[in-house]
Amino acid sequence: MNVQQLSIFLENKQGRLAEVANLLANAAINIRTATLADTSDFGVVRLIVDDVDKAVDVLKEGGITAVKTDIVIVDTTDRPGGLAKVLNVIGKKNLNVEYLYSLGTRGERAYIALRFDDSEKAIAAFQESGVVVVSREDLKALNMA
Amino acid sequence: MIWNPDAETMPVGQRRELQLELLKKQVKYVYERQPAYRAKMEKAGIKPEDIKSLDDLRLLPYLTKADMRENYPYGLFCVPMKEVVRVHSSSGTTGKPTAVGYTKKDIEIWAEVMARALACGGATPDSVIQNAYGYGMFTGGLGIHYGGERMGCAVLPASSGQTKRQLIYLQDFGTTLITCTPSYSLHLAEEGGAEGVDFKKLPLKYGVLGAEPWSEGMREKIEHNLNIKATDIYGLSEIIGPGVANECLEQKGLHIFDDHFLPEVINHETGEPLPPGQRGELVITTLTKEGFPAIRYRTGDITALLDAPCPCGRTHIRMERITGRTDDMLIIRGVNVFPSQIESILMDIEGVEPHYIIYLRRDGALDDMEIHVEVSEKVFSDEVKKLEALAAKIQKEIQGVLALSPRIKLVEPKSLERSMGKAKRVFDERKI
Repeated sequence: MNVQQLSIFLENKQGRLAEVANLLANAAINIRTATLADTSDFGVVRLIVDDVDKAVDVLKEGGITAVKTDIVIVDTTDRPGGLAKVLNVIGKKNLNVEYLYSLGTRGERAYIALRFDDSEKAIAAFQESGVVVVSREDLKALNMA
Repeated sequence: MIWNPDAETMPVGQRRELQLELLKKQVKYVYERQPAYRAKMEKAGIKPEDIKSLDDLRLLPYLTKADMRENYPYGLFCVPMKEVVRVHSSSGTTGKPTAVGYTKKDIEIWAEVMARALACGGATPDSVIQNAYGYGMFTGGLGIHYGGERMGCAVLPASSGQTKRQLIYLQDFGTTLITCTPSYSLHLAEEGGAEGVDFKKLPLKYGVLGAEPWSEGMREKIEHNLNIKATDIYGLSEIIGPGVANECLEQKGLHIFDDHFLPEVINHETGEPLPPGQRGELVITTLTKEGFPAIRYRTGDITALLDAPCPCGRTHIRMERITGRTDDMLIIRGVNVFPSQIESILMDIEGVEPHYIIYLRRDGALDDMEIHVEVSEKVFSDEVKKLEALAAKIQKEIQGVLALSPRIKLVEPKSLERSMGKAKRVFDERKI
């Protein structure tokens, strides 16, 4: 049930992010979600793309450090309390979330990506608590990957 | 004042006789007690009795930092540890430091030459010396300390750092002479100025500054900003520590206390001895040491000998201020650093590539070191905190070995230049 995210190391240099986007564009890879975590010296770009394996190859060839990272995507209601419901499970089950971001919404549903040390444990905890975990196929069907 | 007029103003001819007598003794002593050097002499086909004149010095093999590494830590000591009363240490060319040992007599000699050095720089028995060189394995702190005490000065063992406290001592403790690195003296002036300290009103008159390269321009600035007369001190642990040479108040070259340390300047590629006035590598032979004597030690420092008489009356030969190095050794805040040391530290950190670049800058008065380290796929994490922890770990490891805290900047793999020959690893952007 894991979904693989593309994680990229970039120095804070002008034009570097555009280079990544161009490399992916030239390989006809579609970016569906993009987030950037930055420090004063470097940034970590996290992308959900339609072909993560190809994306890693293309970036490596372009001299860019990119790896695949397992993340967990959950489906919750796009209403007040939707995110709280997900986070309450994390708190209750003593899981440690490293970071999270939103993939956006479809109708009444909101999709959240979460990074855990132990994805399997997190998925089991969500399923036990009735939180819907989304697979890559689901994402594709939703036109989100 | 001249601390030891008999020794320091001895006619040059007479000193040459003394040097030859001491050289013969020292070479014989080393031949008998330092197996590694004896082997070098045997290989060169030289026996102690072959040394018949000072010119014969050039027949003798060199002692180098590599010999120290090969005989680490105590292999070059010439006395049993029972007779060693002190060990100091400096930077090696790898992760391991170098060790030097002193007998009781060595410490006496060190105090004597340090007293001469301080007197050169303006000290008298009435002086209050604020010694802001680091105390510890580094020779700076204790070397100056013993020399000041030998002269009968009041010595404040302030040690390095703690600028606010240094400024309090300068204002309240009657300091007349300060000893520290030239860059730190400027830092004191800056910080003091910001706190409203008026250096013109302080009793401070002299600075004996060294352990790093500086320029005439920097001297002017120091003398102006601290309202002192500043002289350059030279030394290295492999010879004894600070007190090998010091400028007198004429400020025209450093007097080498050449009844204890016999200097030569050579072409560092051919080994050809160079006449006074020509720049080359300084090579020093100790004449009176017991614990760790050094015959023809290659200092790696570039200078020229100056043999004209000095108006101060001292007849010790002079050398110009050190203008560079023959190797890639860096001096950062008075600490000797070899890029290879940083490389070996990086190699020991799992996943870190030994591709790095060192940037040296001078922000304000003090040196800043920034090291760019490539992040390989092996260590790359999508979590920022893990990358930051990696940078912190590298910094801590380097600090553990060098006692310096560089800023670590993680850069993309293969972003650092791979040159075909020797990679340029250091960008020294300091204006000294």
